[in-house]
Amino acid sequence: MLSKKEKQLIREIWERLTPVAEDIGADALLRMFASYPGTKTYFSHLDIGPGSAHLSSHGKKIVLAIAEGAKDISQLTVTLAPLQTLHAYQLRIDPTNFKLLSYCLLVTLACYMGEGFTPEAHAAIDKFLSAFSAVLAEKYR
Amino acid sequence: MVTWTDFERATIQDIFSKIDYDIVGPDALSRCLIVYPWTQRYFGSFGNLYNAAAIASNPKVAAHGKVVLGGLEKALKNMDDIKQAYADLSVLHSEKLQVDPDNFKLLADCLTIVVASQLGKDFTPEVHAAFAKFLAVVVAALRKQYH
Repeated sequence: MLSKKEKQLIREIWERLTPVAEDIGADALLRMFASYPGTKTYFSHLDIGPGSAHLSSHGKKIVLAIAEGAKDISQLTVTLAPLQTLHAYQLRIDPTNFKLLSYCLLVTLACYMGEGFTPEAHAAIDKFLSAFSAVLAEKYR
Repeated sequence: MVTWTDFERATIQDIFSKIDYDIVGPDALSRCLIVYPWTQRYFGSFGNLYNAAAIASNPKVAAHGKVVLGGLEKALKNMDDIKQAYADLSVLHSEKLQVDPDNFKLLADCLTIVVASQLGKDFTPEVHAAFAKFLAVVVAALRKQYH
Protein backbone atom coordinates (compact mmCIF):
# COMPACT_ATOMS: atom_id res chain seq x y z
CA MET A 1 0.00 0.00 0.00
CA LEU A 2 1.45 3.36 -0.99
CA SER A 3 0.48 6.55 0.80
CA LYS A 4 0.02 9.82 -1.11
CA LYS A 5 3.30 11.03 0.39
CA GLU A 6 5.11 7.94 -0.81
CA LYS A 7 3.70 8.22 -4.35
CA GLN A 8 4.96 11.79 -4.51
CA LEU A 9 8.38 10.80 -3.17
CA ILE A 10 8.60 8.03 -5.78
CA ARG A 11 7.56 10.41 -8.58
CA GLU A 12 10.17 12.97 -7.54
CA ILE A 13 13.00 10.47 -7.21
CA TRP A 14 12.41 8.83 -10.59
CA GLU A 15 12.06 12.24 -12.24
CA ARG A 16 15.54 13.09 -10.94
CA LEU A 17 16.88 9.78 -12.25
CA THR A 18 15.56 10.32 -15.78
CA PRO A 19 18.54 12.40 -17.00
CA VAL A 20 20.95 9.70 -15.78
CA ALA A 21 18.78 6.77 -16.85
CA GLU A 22 21.61 5.16 -18.82
CA ASP A 23 24.03 5.13 -15.89
CA ILE A 24 21.47 3.93 -13.37
CA GLY A 25 20.12 1.24 -15.68
CA ALA A 26 23.53 -0.06 -16.76
CA ASP A 27 24.78 -0.13 -13.16
CA ALA A 28 21.74 -2.09 -11.94
CA LEU A 29 22.04 -4.58 -14.79
CA LEU A 30 25.76 -5.10 -14.13
CA ARG A 31 25.06 -5.73 -10.45
CA MET A 32 22.39 -8.26 -11.38
CA PHE A 33 24.72 -10.10 -13.78
CA ALA A 34 27.50 -10.17 -11.16
CA SER A 35 25.32 -11.32 -8.25
CA TYR A 36 22.94 -13.58 -10.19
CA PRO A 37 24.83 -15.06 -13.15
CA GLY A 38 21.73 -16.98 -14.30
CA THR A 39 20.22 -13.69 -15.43
CA LYS A 40 22.87 -13.38 -18.13
CA THR A 41 21.14 -16.15 -20.05
CA TYR A 42 18.51 -13.67 -21.23
CA PHE A 43 21.14 -11.52 -22.90
CA SER A 44 23.12 -13.99 -24.98
CA HIS A 45 22.24 -11.96 -28.08
CA LEU A 46 23.72 -8.73 -26.70
CA ASP A 47 27.12 -7.48 -25.56
CA ILE A 48 26.62 -6.85 -21.84
CA GLY A 49 30.18 -6.09 -20.80
CA PRO A 50 30.77 -2.99 -18.68
CA GLY A 51 30.65 0.12 -20.82
CA SER A 52 29.01 -1.56 -23.79
CA ALA A 53 26.51 0.37 -25.89
CA HIS A 54 23.93 -2.45 -25.56
CA LEU A 55 24.15 -2.30 -21.78
CA SER A 56 23.62 1.48 -21.71
CA SER A 57 20.73 1.51 -24.15
CA HIS A 58 19.05 -1.42 -22.46
CA GLY A 59 19.55 0.04 -19.00
CA LYS A 60 18.12 3.34 -20.23
CA LYS A 61 15.02 1.64 -21.64
CA ILE A 62 14.29 -0.06 -18.35
CA VAL A 63 14.80 3.00 -16.15
CA LEU A 64 12.71 5.22 -18.45
CA ALA A 65 9.88 2.67 -18.37
CA ILE A 66 9.96 2.63 -14.58
CA ALA A 67 10.06 6.44 -14.47
CA GLU A 68 7.04 6.55 -16.77
CA GLY A 69 5.16 4.22 -14.42
CA ALA A 70 6.16 6.38 -11.46
CA LYS A 71 4.41 9.44 -12.93
CA ASP A 72 0.99 7.98 -12.19
CA ILE A 73 1.16 4.83 -10.11
CA SER A 74 -2.62 4.38 -10.06
CA GLN A 75 -2.48 3.89 -13.84
CA LEU A 76 0.26 1.23 -13.89
CA THR A 77 -1.87 -1.35 -15.71
CA VAL A 78 -2.64 1.13 -18.48
CA THR A 79 0.90 2.48 -18.77
CA LEU A 80 2.46 -0.97 -18.82
CA ALA A 81 -0.02 -2.68 -21.18
CA PRO A 82 2.37 -2.87 -24.16
CA LEU A 83 5.26 -4.02 -21.96
CA GLN A 84 3.04 -6.63 -20.34
CA THR A 85 2.39 -8.14 -23.77
CA LEU A 86 6.06 -7.97 -24.72
CA HIS A 87 7.22 -9.74 -21.57
CA ALA A 88 4.47 -12.37 -21.58
CA TYR A 89 4.56 -13.44 -25.20
CA GLN A 90 7.98 -12.53 -26.52
CA LEU A 91 10.58 -12.09 -23.81
CA ARG A 92 9.07 -14.61 -21.38
CA ILE A 93 11.49 -13.68 -18.64
CA ASP A 94 10.81 -15.74 -15.52
CA PRO A 95 9.17 -13.23 -13.14
CA THR A 96 11.43 -14.19 -10.23
CA ASN A 97 14.06 -12.22 -12.10
CA PHE A 98 12.03 -9.03 -11.69
CA LYS A 99 12.70 -9.29 -7.95
CA LEU A 100 16.42 -9.66 -8.58
CA LEU A 101 16.63 -6.60 -10.82
CA SER A 102 14.42 -4.60 -8.42
CA TYR A 103 16.80 -5.37 -5.58
CA CYS A 104 19.83 -4.42 -7.68
CA LEU A 105 18.10 -1.14 -8.58
CA LEU A 106 17.75 -0.42 -4.86
CA VAL A 107 21.48 -1.02 -4.34
CA THR A 108 22.29 1.22 -7.32
CA LEU A 109 20.12 3.95 -5.85
CA ALA A 110 21.82 3.53 -2.46
CA CYS A 111 25.24 3.99 -4.08
CA TYR A 112 24.03 6.91 -6.18
CA MET A 113 22.00 8.75 -3.53
CA GLY A 114 24.07 7.91 -0.42
CA GLU A 115 22.40 9.33 2.69
CA GLY A 116 19.60 10.59 0.47
CA PHE A 117 18.39 7.02 0.10
CA THR A 118 16.56 7.22 3.41
CA PRO A 119 14.67 4.27 4.93
CA GLU A 120 11.43 6.00 3.84
CA ALA A 121 12.59 6.31 0.24
CA HIS A 122 13.88 2.72 0.33
CA ALA A 123 10.54 1.40 1.61
CA ALA A 124 8.50 3.40 -0.89
CA ILE A 125 10.57 2.38 -3.89
CA ASP A 126 10.73 -1.26 -2.79
CA LYS A 127 6.93 -1.30 -2.65
CA PHE A 128 6.63 0.51 -5.98
CA LEU A 129 8.99 -1.89 -7.75
CA SER A 130 7.07 -4.88 -6.32
CA ALA A 131 3.83 -3.47 -7.68
CA PHE A 132 5.50 -2.66 -11.00
CA SER A 133 6.84 -6.22 -11.29
CA ALA A 134 3.47 -7.73 -10.42
CA VAL A 135 1.72 -5.67 -13.11
CA LEU A 136 4.43 -6.53 -15.63
CA ALA A 137 3.82 -10.25 -15.06
CA GLU A 138 0.02 -10.04 -15.25
CA LYS A 139 -0.40 -11.37 -18.78
CA TYR A 140 1.92 -14.35 -18.27
CA ARG A 141 -0.95 -16.68 -17.46
CA MET B 1 32.26 -26.27 1.51
CA VAL B 2 32.41 -22.66 0.49
CA THR B 3 35.42 -21.61 -1.50
CA TRP B 4 36.50 -18.00 -1.54
CA THR B 5 38.59 -16.40 -4.24
CA ASP B 6 41.44 -14.12 -3.17
CA PHE B 7 39.42 -11.19 -4.47
CA GLU B 8 36.43 -12.18 -2.32
CA ARG B 9 38.49 -12.63 0.85
CA ALA B 10 40.31 -9.35 0.38
CA THR B 11 37.12 -7.48 -0.54
CA ILE B 12 35.17 -8.70 2.47
CA GLN B 13 37.98 -7.89 4.91
CA ASP B 14 38.31 -4.51 3.26
CA ILE B 15 34.62 -3.68 3.58
CA PHE B 16 34.58 -4.51 7.28
CA SER B 17 37.70 -2.46 7.88
CA LYS B 18 36.07 0.56 6.23
CA ILE B 19 32.65 0.57 7.88
CA ASP B 20 31.84 2.04 11.27
CA TYR B 21 30.14 -0.77 13.20
CA ASP B 22 28.47 1.71 15.54
CA ILE B 23 26.70 3.38 12.63
CA VAL B 24 26.14 0.55 10.18
CA GLY B 25 24.69 -1.91 12.71
CA PRO B 26 22.01 0.43 14.06
CA ASP B 27 21.25 1.79 10.56
CA ALA B 28 20.77 -1.67 9.09
CA LEU B 29 18.52 -2.91 11.88
CA SER B 30 16.39 0.24 11.97
CA ARG B 31 16.11 0.19 8.19
CA CYS B 32 14.90 -3.42 8.36
CA LEU B 33 12.25 -2.52 10.96
CA ILE B 34 11.12 0.43 8.82
CA VAL B 35 11.17 -1.15 5.36
CA TYR B 36 9.80 -4.54 6.49
CA PRO B 37 7.58 -3.59 9.43
CA TRP B 38 6.51 -7.15 10.13
CA THR B 39 10.01 -7.78 11.48
CA GLN B 40 9.01 -5.64 14.45
CA ARG B 41 7.20 -8.69 15.80
CA TYR B 42 10.44 -9.83 17.41
CA PHE B 43 11.03 -6.57 19.22
CA GLY B 44 7.92 -6.12 21.36
CA SER B 45 10.02 -5.14 24.36
CA PHE B 46 11.84 -2.34 22.54
CA GLY B 47 9.27 0.36 23.23
CA ASN B 48 8.37 3.02 20.67
CA LEU B 49 8.54 1.66 17.10
CA TYR B 50 5.52 3.58 15.81
CA ASN B 51 7.15 5.35 12.92
CA ALA B 52 10.43 5.68 11.08
CA ALA B 53 11.64 8.57 13.25
CA ALA B 54 10.90 6.67 16.46
CA ILE B 55 12.65 3.55 15.19
CA ALA B 56 15.70 5.47 13.99
CA SER B 57 16.11 7.17 17.39
CA ASN B 58 15.24 4.15 19.55
CA PRO B 59 18.25 3.38 21.79
CA LYS B 60 17.36 -0.32 22.14
CA VAL B 61 17.30 -0.70 18.35
CA ALA B 62 20.68 1.01 18.12
CA ALA B 63 22.18 -1.18 20.84
CA HIS B 64 20.85 -4.32 19.23
CA GLY B 65 22.09 -3.24 15.81
CA LYS B 66 25.60 -3.14 17.24
CA VAL B 67 25.17 -6.64 18.70
CA VAL B 68 24.08 -8.02 15.33
CA LEU B 69 26.96 -6.46 13.45
CA GLY B 70 29.34 -7.69 16.12
CA GLY B 71 28.02 -11.16 15.41
CA LEU B 72 29.27 -10.86 11.84
CA GLU B 73 32.82 -10.56 13.19
CA LYS B 74 32.63 -14.25 14.00
CA ALA B 75 31.95 -15.06 10.37
CA LEU B 76 34.69 -12.71 9.26
CA LYS B 77 37.23 -14.46 11.49
CA ASN B 78 36.09 -17.96 10.48
CA MET B 79 35.42 -17.59 6.80
CA ASP B 80 36.46 -21.14 6.03
CA ASP B 81 33.92 -22.71 8.37
CA ILE B 82 31.13 -20.27 9.01
CA LYS B 83 28.65 -23.13 9.37
CA GLN B 84 30.50 -24.48 12.40
CA ALA B 85 31.22 -21.07 13.88
CA TYR B 86 27.52 -20.21 13.78
CA ALA B 87 26.12 -23.51 15.08
CA ASP B 88 25.28 -22.10 18.53
CA LEU B 89 23.86 -18.87 17.12
CA SER B 90 21.65 -20.90 14.81
CA VAL B 91 20.30 -22.94 17.72
CA LEU B 92 19.71 -19.72 19.66
CA HIS B 93 17.70 -18.15 16.82
CA SER B 94 15.63 -21.25 16.20
CA GLU B 95 14.98 -22.59 19.70
CA LYS B 96 15.03 -19.53 21.94
CA LEU B 97 14.36 -16.49 19.76
CA GLN B 98 12.16 -18.41 17.30
CA VAL B 99 12.87 -16.10 14.40
CA ASP B 100 11.49 -17.05 10.98
CA PRO B 101 14.71 -17.61 9.03
CA ASP B 102 13.31 -15.75 6.01
CA ASN B 103 13.95 -12.62 8.06
CA PHE B 104 17.72 -13.16 7.93
CA LYS B 105 17.66 -12.36 4.23
CA LEU B 106 15.69 -9.17 4.84
CA LEU B 107 18.27 -7.92 7.33
CA ALA B 108 21.12 -8.97 5.02
CA ASP B 109 19.51 -6.97 2.19
CA CYS B 110 19.21 -3.88 4.40
CA LEU B 111 22.81 -4.26 5.54
CA THR B 112 23.93 -4.41 1.91
CA ILE B 113 22.04 -1.22 1.15
CA VAL B 114 23.53 0.63 4.15
CA VAL B 115 27.05 -0.44 3.16
CA ALA B 116 26.29 0.57 -0.44
CA SER B 117 25.23 4.06 0.59
CA GLN B 118 28.37 4.38 2.75
CA LEU B 119 30.80 3.21 0.06
CA GLY B 120 29.04 4.79 -2.93
CA LYS B 121 31.01 4.30 -6.14
CA ASP B 122 33.46 1.93 -4.40
CA PHE B 123 30.63 -0.57 -3.94
CA THR B 124 31.08 -1.83 -7.49
CA PRO B 125 29.08 -4.75 -8.89
CA GLU B 126 32.01 -7.09 -8.14
CA VAL B 127 32.43 -5.86 -4.56
CA HIS B 128 28.66 -6.07 -4.14
CA ALA B 129 28.59 -9.66 -5.39
CA ALA B 130 31.38 -10.70 -3.00
CA PHE B 131 29.62 -9.08 -0.04
CA ALA B 132 26.30 -10.65 -1.04
CA LYS B 133 27.95 -14.09 -1.21
CA PHE B 134 29.41 -13.61 2.28
CA LEU B 135 26.02 -12.65 3.71
CA ALA B 136 24.35 -15.56 1.89
CA VAL B 137 26.79 -17.97 3.55
CA VAL B 138 26.09 -16.37 6.95
CA VAL B 139 22.33 -16.63 6.40
CA ALA B 140 22.64 -20.29 5.36
CA ALA B 141 24.70 -21.02 8.48
CA LEU B 142 22.07 -19.35 10.67
CA ARG B 143 19.36 -21.47 9.05
CA LYS B 144 21.32 -24.68 9.44
CA GLN B 145 20.17 -25.78 12.90
CA TYR B 146 16.47 -25.16 12.32
CA HIS B 147 14.43 -28.34 12.21
